[in-house]
Amino acid sequence: MAKKQNSLSIEFIKGLWRDNPVLIQLLGLCPTLAVTNSVINGVAMGMATLFVLLCSSILISVIRGIIPSQVRIASYIVVIATFVTVVDKFLAAFTPDISKALGAFIPLIVVNCLILGRQEAFASKNNTGRAILDALGMGLGFTWVLVLLGVVRELLGEGTLLGISILPEVFNTWLIMILPPGAFLTLGIFIGVANWNHDPAARCFSDPGYFYRGSQLDE
Amino acid sequence: MSLLTIFISAAIVNNFVLQQFLGICPFVGVSKKVDSAISMGLAVTFVMVITAAVTFLINQFILVPFGLSILQTVSFILVIASLVQLVEMFIKKVSKPLYSALGIYLPLITTNCAIMGLALNARTKEYLFLEGIVYALAAGIGFTLALVIMAGIREELELCPVPKHFRGAGITMIIAGSLAMAFMGFAGLI
Repeated sequence: MAKKQNSLSIEFIKGLWRDNPVLIQLLGLCPTLAVTNSVINGVAMGMATLFVLLCSSILISVIRGIIPSQVRIASYIVVIATFVTVVDKFLAAFTPDISKALGAFIPLIVVNCLILGRQEAFASKNNTGRAILDALGMGLGFTWVLVLLGVVRELLGEGTLLGISILPEVFNTWLIMILPPGAFLTLGIFIGVANWNHDPAARCFSDPGYFYRGSQLDE
Repeated sequence: MSLLTIFISAAIVNNFVLQQFLGICPFVGVSKKVDSAISMGLAVTFVMVITAAVTFLINQFILVPFGLSILQTVSFILVIASLVQLVEMFIKKVSKPLYSALGIYLPLITTNCAIMGLALNARTKEYLFLEGIVYALAAGIGFTLALVIMAGIREELELCPVPKHFRGAGITMIIAGSLAMAFMGFAGLI
């Protein structure tokens, strides 16, 4: 392993923007599109995914030495599915409204390629501390995109934020934004903007070095 | 509900990809060429139908009688993962050309949320065996339809002056948005 390891802060920060799971890696798009018709759903989905990702990363990185490599994917799936069941029952018990609004997408966290991807690419190869940082960064990176999508769609689609009316009455709400097409259009624009900002030839509204100390990244 | 209504509803009106956001990853990843889109669609349809049948039987004869409904998520995903493996081995044995055509798409189906979503939806709607099969077939056809339409558009798109940073996923999402709008026009069909 000649490759130099990233510093600990980078392990955390990379998921927020540089390797953002949704905008850059295009992982976990189904829940991103499906549940972001309101801010609160986005928050709940982000938190649920963060919890599952964090717990499975910890467990996988602890037991990574004893999992035979032939059955590793199956083992990851069982671990993930267990935590998903925990979240599913928890939400159903304490926040039945949210649980109903998210519907099948809570159990579907189990097939969120973001979580399986992080186990395969990171947690199974690194120690627990790094796995926790990575999971937190990726989970928060996932959450903020969901919340921002929720903000845009709820504001334009219903004129509200978290159910509180924000826009004046004269604003004609764009119903399309809370319907399926709105999800695709908004995410498409987000991805385009993210690519634009990641392109070294077109550094626009921020120098990426502001988000991470970029010097050791390009090696 | 008649079988025909279930079929039209799942294939077109509530299209899995464009209206329910299930299976977006392969929709973005495998929609560059029409050929591979068709292969992927067929593979998914195939696995969907088998999954619908097997998960119904498991739910009906194992989970419900023994009060193990809490294990639904875990057992369904395990069933799907092992089914995909079995189907892969079966196709490899029976038809070499089909196997090489499907290539890497087969193992990827395990983490396709359309399959898991189908199994869970069929349970929520309490479909019986035959209804479940029709539902799965229709969902698979709807998935294939969306994938092939998108692949056709993307082949043409190669020649279009798309803004540099929107090439790939960005423009795919925006086109999917227009397609979703078009599919909303079917809403009055049932």
